[in-house]
Amino acid sequence: MAINTPKQTSHLKREILVRLIRAFLSDDFAENARLIPYDMRPKGHEVPYRCCIYKERAILRDRAVAGLGHSIEETDDSELLSNLAEKALERTQPDEKPLTVLTTACKGCVPSRIYVTDLCQGCVARPCVNTCKFGAISVINGKSVIDPAKCKNCGMCAQVCPYQAIQKIIVPCENACPVGAITKGEDGHAKIDFDKCISCGKCVSACPFGAVHEKSQIIDVLKNIKAGKKVIAMVAPAIMGQLPCTPQQLKEAIQELGFADVYEVAQGADVTTKTEAAEFVERLEKGAEFMTTSCCAGYNELVDKHIPEIKPYRSDTKTPMYYTAEIVKKEHPDAVTVFFSPCVAKRREALQNPNVDYVLNYEEIGAWFVAVGVQVSECGESKFKTEASAEARNYAVTGGVAKAVQTLLPEEIPAHPVIIDGLNKQSIRDLKKYAKNGMCELGNLIEVMACPGGCLGGNATVNAYKPALKQLTNYVNASESLKSTEK
Amino acid sequence: MEKKISVKVCLGTTCFVMGSANLQELIEMVPKKYGEKVEVTGVPCLGLCSIDWEFSKAPYVKVDEDVIKEATVEKVLKAIDDKLAAMN
Ligand code: SF4
Ligand code: SF4
Ligand code: FES
Repeated sequence: MAINTPKQTSHLKREILVRLIRAFLSDDFAENARLIPYDMRPKGHEVPYRCCIYKERAILRDRAVAGLGHSIEETDDSELLSNLAEKALERTQPDEKPLTVLTTACKGCVPSRIYVTDLCQGCVARPCVNTCKFGAISVINGKSVIDPAKCKNCGMCAQVCPYQAIQKIIVPCENACPVGAITKGEDGHAKIDFDKCISCGKCVSACPFGAVHEKSQIIDVLKNIKAGKKVIAMVAPAIMGQLPCTPQQLKEAIQELGFADVYEVAQGADVTTKTEAAEFVERLEKGAEFMTTSCCAGYNELVDKHIPEIKPYRSDTKTPMYYTAEIVKKEHPDAVTVFFSPCVAKRREALQNPNVDYVLNYEEIGAWFVAVGVQVSECGESKFKTEASAEARNYAVTGGVAKAVQTLLPEEIPAHPVIIDGLNKQSIRDLKKYAKNGMCELGNLIEVMACPGGCLGGNATVNAYKPALKQLTNYVNASESLKSTEK
Repeated sequence: MEKKISVKVCLGTTCFVMGSANLQELIEMVPKKYGEKVEVTGVPCLGLCSIDWEFSKAPYVKVDEDVIKEATVEKVLKAIDDKLAAMN
């Protein structure tokens, strides 16, 4: 799948966020929140997507529920958005589960199966019949018919049909999930099993109906700012490719929203690089065959939940988020810290880290700028107190972490990087194999990123991949190399 | 020499967040497709998003004086084609 394809569902999700933020900032948050579905679909409005205006409003209401940070699964249908807005204000901690599925929006896609289309010519060769190992296909009235009781969904017949008449029908969320955590429940709607889910966000991007939402913490952050707390933003490296402005303008723009200061998470990435390079040398000297990186939260959750056997090979170095939050809390013990994230996975990581109070994703930041009318390219420039290295700022690009570690390795212990550019069923099988064999024939430093393209391909990014990469690379090229700052 | 069609893709913050990030490809694509006849640029806020609740109709693209709401690559290309057809 192409990375960050344009989607109408993103437009809807962002519009809801903008309206929620404006409602919060208005003099009647609860009432204005309640009105969102009616403001978006007033009487007589066209019905662009669903069967009727009532259904559209019901879905918009549920999108707002997720935007307020609640679970659809645990919220009563009868509850008014105004009550839910007030409940959001009472919350002191974000919810454990980062995602929620809107049953109203979920189409309950037809179950995944192999399907013979009208293109079937009932040919004489009948390779489908001959290929099926389970005897599931017979030709009836001049057309192939699959016996669902025998079909094992292997898809072999689809591959051999000379007319490409046999298709595999997929359920987009199920198909995207690398660990089988999202499946259609008994009621036909998608459901996430959080014991399996690794928070990779792939289902969020994949669902064509926008039925999977992140539970937003935007209200919690707004509330802290309104209360006059010292709220500090920690922006993950990928953000520098997200908005049409310079990094220094972005810092200024974020401060205009009410944040007291902005730290680059790349600052913590520099600590990660140094620690990980030292660890790599130590491990190899002790005879290890390979080591994997440990900065991607989605990968870390995968290891914990599905590949425990690879734990001994995963670096013990902490993530850039960890080191950055540690620095910030040391310098400002009284601060409320907010991590600006490209993906869902970092929400899970933040929950386990007492130094990170909240997480906002890039869509939410973008919506905030829209809500208050900040034009980022018209903002002044504000410098970061600590400048991170070029290598650290490049962590957001696939291959960037391995490259950074390599910069600091001694010549006698060279790394041969293996880049896992996105988690999927195949790459998970590969990782399991490396753990089982205790070695990887392709190299000794395995960089794992859950998202293809790296963090720039995260589910909550705003910019398209190519221009984001270009913009970030310009910033990286204008930064000092770790090598020169080390010596 | 006939007049060029001007295409302005709004890259102001509102339009960018609401979707013009995905219209940046027009800036490379249009000259390749239409050559000299069409001039395409990315521009700062066109001032359309701040009127009332009009952010929800972003991203905006202007093809000469016509405003395209909720612009997509397809909508913009069609507008250019229509303009070109009308000129001939
Ligand atoms: S992709 Fe999954 S979540 Fe989306 S509509 Fe289909 S079944 Fe529902
Ligand atoms: S977030 Fe990832 S692991 Fe969790 S259900 Fe969605 S696709 Fe599966
Ligand atoms: S940002 Fe496009 S019209 Fe304002």
